[in-house]
Amino acid sequence: MLKLIFRRLLEAIPTMFILITVSFFMMRLAPGSPFSGERSFSPAVMANIEAKYHLNDPMWLQYVNYLKQILMGDFGPSFKYKDYTVNELLSQALPVSIELGLYAFILAVVLGLIFGIVAALKQNSWIDYIVMAFANIGVVIPSFVKAPLLVLIFAITLKWLPGGGWNDGAVQNLILPVTALALAYTASIARIMRGSMIEVMNSQYIRTARSKGLPMQRIVLKHALRPAMLPVISYLGPAFVGIITGSIVIETIFGLPGIGQLFVNGALNRDYGMVLSLTILVGVLTIAFNAIVDILYAVIDPQIKY
Amino acid sequence: MRKLKPKLSTVRLPLMLALATSVAGLMVGCNDKEGVNNSSDADSKAETALAEDQSITINNTAEPESIDPHKVSAVPEGNIIRQLFIGLVDTDREGKTVPGMAESWESKDNKVWTFKLRDAKWSNGDPVTAEDFVYSWRRLVDPNTASPYASYLVDAKVSGAEAVMAGEANPETLGIKALDNKTLQITLTEPVPYFPDMLIHTSTKPVPQKVIEQFGDKWTDAANIVVNGPYTLSEWRVNDKIVLKRNPSYFDNAHTTIDTVTILPISSPTTDVARYQAGEVDVSAEVPPEQFESIKASMGKELRVAPRLCTYYYKYNTVRPPFNDVRVRRALALALDRDVIATKVMGQGQQPAYQLTPPSTNGMTNFTPEWQAWSKEQRIKEANSLLQQAGYSASHPLKFQLLYNTSDNHKKIAVAFSSLIKEALGADKVQVELVNKEWKTYLDTRRTGDYDIARSSWCGDYNEPSSFLNTLKTDNTNNHGKYSSPEFDRLLNQTLVEGVDAKQRANLYQQAEAQLDADMPNLNMYHYVGVRLVKPYVIGFPDNDPLDVWHMKDVAIAKH
Repeated sequence: MLKLIFRRLLEAIPTMFILITVSFFMMRLAPGSPFSGERSFSPAVMANIEAKYHLNDPMWLQYVNYLKQILMGDFGPSFKYKDYTVNELLSQALPVSIELGLYAFILAVVLGLIFGIVAALKQNSWIDYIVMAFANIGVVIPSFVKAPLLVLIFAITLKWLPGGGWNDGAVQNLILPVTALALAYTASIARIMRGSMIEVMNSQYIRTARSKGLPMQRIVLKHALRPAMLPVISYLGPAFVGIITGSIVIETIFGLPGIGQLFVNGALNRDYGMVLSLTILVGVLTIAFNAIVDILYAVIDPQIKY
Repeated sequence: MRKLKPKLSTVRLPLMLALATSVAGLMVGCNDKEGVNNSSDADSKAETALAEDQSITINNTAEPESIDPHKVSAVPEGNIIRQLFIGLVDTDREGKTVPGMAESWESKDNKVWTFKLRDAKWSNGDPVTAEDFVYSWRRLVDPNTASPYASYLVDAKVSGAEAVMAGEANPETLGIKALDNKTLQITLTEPVPYFPDMLIHTSTKPVPQKVIEQFGDKWTDAANIVVNGPYTLSEWRVNDKIVLKRNPSYFDNAHTTIDTVTILPISSPTTDVARYQAGEVDVSAEVPPEQFESIKASMGKELRVAPRLCTYYYKYNTVRPPFNDVRVRRALALALDRDVIATKVMGQGQQPAYQLTPPSTNGMTNFTPEWQAWSKEQRIKEANSLLQQAGYSASHPLKFQLLYNTSDNHKKIAVAFSSLIKEALGADKVQVELVNKEWKTYLDTRRTGDYDIARSSWCGDYNEPSSFLNTLKTDNTNNHGKYSSPEFDRLLNQTLVEGVDAKQRANLYQQAEAQLDADMPNLNMYHYVGVRLVKPYVIGFPDNDPLDVWHMKDVAIAKH
């Protein structure tokens, strides 16, 4: 186990290095400057602004300075939000995305597993079809349709829930965005679980257990669940990262101050510091969660050894 | 293995659900029909019963870059800063310049201006002094501040501004001086009669020196900030909300009714209206054009439409073919049916534009081109003739690219433009390629001059024609099309000559627009309107100011 973790850490270093380098130069290559706007500034003003942010330095020097900076944990100033550093913005936004993502993740996993198991056990019955149809609606309807629809029904018409805003994470503000975010992943988890469960339920040792007369509940929970979950777990790693970072549409529609908005606005505004730091964050999260997934694998399936 | 027996196809169920929800959605929008409310509030705050909770939520369309007056350049930032900092002058509900920190001002020659400050305090108890303005304006032009609007003082002709901005002189050489605590003297290089009107701008507002020297870039934190305006910053959560609370030290605090202002950064007009309808937003910033008619029908009384000091136009690149030929530029301008664009494509009350400066601008005598009165056939005939003279025909068609930044509206207008032009001049004679670029990429392309026609717009910084016409002076940084006319420059320079009165100036502006019509560096399309939704219990929200300079201190919430 420790060997695995150590190896992963070692592999992470060149991965991150390549990630940072490629992102840095790609961002700089994109046309457009962080400081352009409808009103063009005089050359003297532009020169002052660029000097302040060291954008006049040769590219390799900017790159080296940036590497030095992030090794100290300082992600630098935001080129767009001039009153804040990137560290400050991230520390405000990350908890929001994590909270939102965690709840959505838990909801998606719980619902997805239940749907998948029920559908598998009642394979090809009308229960199977209804459950899978509902799950599929969640993935087929794009989030930019789902979210406004939820707002239209629950906020504008029924007035049960607010139409947006974070409100310091109040429960009523969380319900709609968490639901919208979770539904897309529920379907995928349900489908993977269903398929995997069907396969496991048809395997030799389960048939043995059934012929021995064990109750279905015991078979499912004690014998079938663990192996059936393996494919789901390998999906969950990237899914969790995706939920936290990819919720841009949900965050925009509901006005939630998470890192999804920072990421896209950062790219559109050419906020180099912001985008690079978020890229690093996503890279670290992805590597970390893939490692966790591999460890979980080993825990669940004793056949897997590292 | 059980046989497959599908009871309900997995395709039909989702489809039915989708239909059901969309039908439900359509039924929600229909309410009573009301007309559009265009009048400003007649009720005064004193006459209506006021609500216990004087809080208001307004949408500001974007997250501000900063609330430091010297670090910003756009409207959303200006809207917030205006509630926190008051400059030498202010504006009333109609957009007229009124005293701010300065009680009065005078100038014998329009070059040396003396401002007398009133007794006012910063929110930390310090008095607002002339020195504060001296410090602030020096900070604005100081290259170390890297302010995007440093050149505003150059435009205002403040002496020494240009040299300081370029780093060639010390900020102390700027033409601003404190004669005593309450008297400020500003020296200009040329007589600018409308100089006080220019001082409504964000960049000229005062900032608290002590606080900035103590906290540096963190001086705008809610815990540190010190203001002289009706509100102070209470909370700022990026991409979530900004909360302002009443500042009791404001000199006119007795007349402020609203206690708490929550400012939201919702950029999508659809989401804006959705949250307005859900009761979370009291004043929206805009209305999606495609929903305009249905909103007018269902919420007409809450809909406000008012002219804005902005013009939408297509900017020609005048230094490369095909638009380096004035005949081609004029041909397209004559051939385009602007009324279709303004009334059919936009349709919210926009006015077709025949000059750059919006007709309602202060101090403007409008210019009417001769061809505005011509019939459509006459204009098209003339346009065709111009094209032919320039050498274009069916065998040698006019080909060009139309550049616009990504947006549904710009696309609609570009497509309409393209088909209207082809219909008028003949699809065999004109070929338009529509090029759509993301905002920053579009700005970059425009800056490098790599375009034929670019969609563009301009809003005035102050309510005077020079704020528009200056953009076409030779070498003006916003003159991307590189238009250069010595006669046009001469006419504009003439407006700042000693002894020229308001009437003569208005005349000169008219002649300048006439020159623009002859040279056609821009294809003017329409003048903007501002469209927003305002809840019926919001009293006093202004909609007569074409610059849309709103103050929450003028607003109140009625009992509801």
